Amino acid sequence: MNFDKELDARGLNCPLPILRAKKALAEVASGQVLKILSTDPGSVKDFAAFAKQTGNELLSTAEAGGEFTFFMKKK
Amino acid sequence: MDTKKMAIIATKGTLDWAYPPFILASTAAALGYETQIFFTFYGLQLVRKDLSGLKVSPLGNPGMPMKMPFGPKWFKSINWNMPNAIQSLVPGYESVATALMKQTIANNGVATIPDLRSLCQEAEVKFIACQMTVELFGFDHSDFIDGLEYGGAATFFEFAGETDICLFI
Repeated sequence: MNFDKELDARGLNCPLPILRAKKALAEVASGQVLKILSTDPGSVKDFAAFAKQTGNELLSTAEAGGEFTFFMKKK
Repeated sequence: MDTKKMAIIATKGTLDWAYPPFILASTAAALGYETQIFFTFYGLQLVRKDLSGLKVSPLGNPGMPMKMPFGPKWFKSINWNMPNAIQSLVPGYESVATALMKQTIANNGVATIPDLRSLCQEAEVKFIACQMTVELFGFDHSDFIDGLEYGGAATFFEFAGETDICLFI
């Protein structure tokens, strides 16, 4: 998937992946896509909840070898 | 849609209990909540300029696992709980427990309290210190970080009365 910015949140734990994502989203334009990498298993539910509450769209969630990849489109 | 609001009363002054108010406030701010923390009694320790006094005590805390943050996996999984009577006799026990806790925090990619507090401030979480407790404990405003407001219970209710979420920690 195409993306406009990448955030490496691997090794970080709650609530840092969310806080870093919020910051990274502020640096892209509306409609652009942020790719997020995380190793925190809690971040799967957290990013879904974050998207639901902020109106940003979670395009996809994937897991491979304990690593999670999210694509989020800015509102 | 009206902005959602959250108010927290922070009353604990130990390293472990410093986490919930700052984690929840910074996350709420990231979710777009207007957020306020009212620091009272021991919670005032969390808004001091010098946070090095924040410690964690396993003494009288049966819920706290005492595990080593280094060594092979089998060693890390041992729980070193000790009877209170022994803990209380060992000088510096609390400082050692705090150092081990800080190492565990770093090993797990968990933010430090100074970092979480700055993240809250950057996200414009409003900090209010209880003026009554400041005087009761003999603190001076110069002991605390800049950007702090001072008020009492009425100040808290002014904002808390309009919130969606209100927590006492």
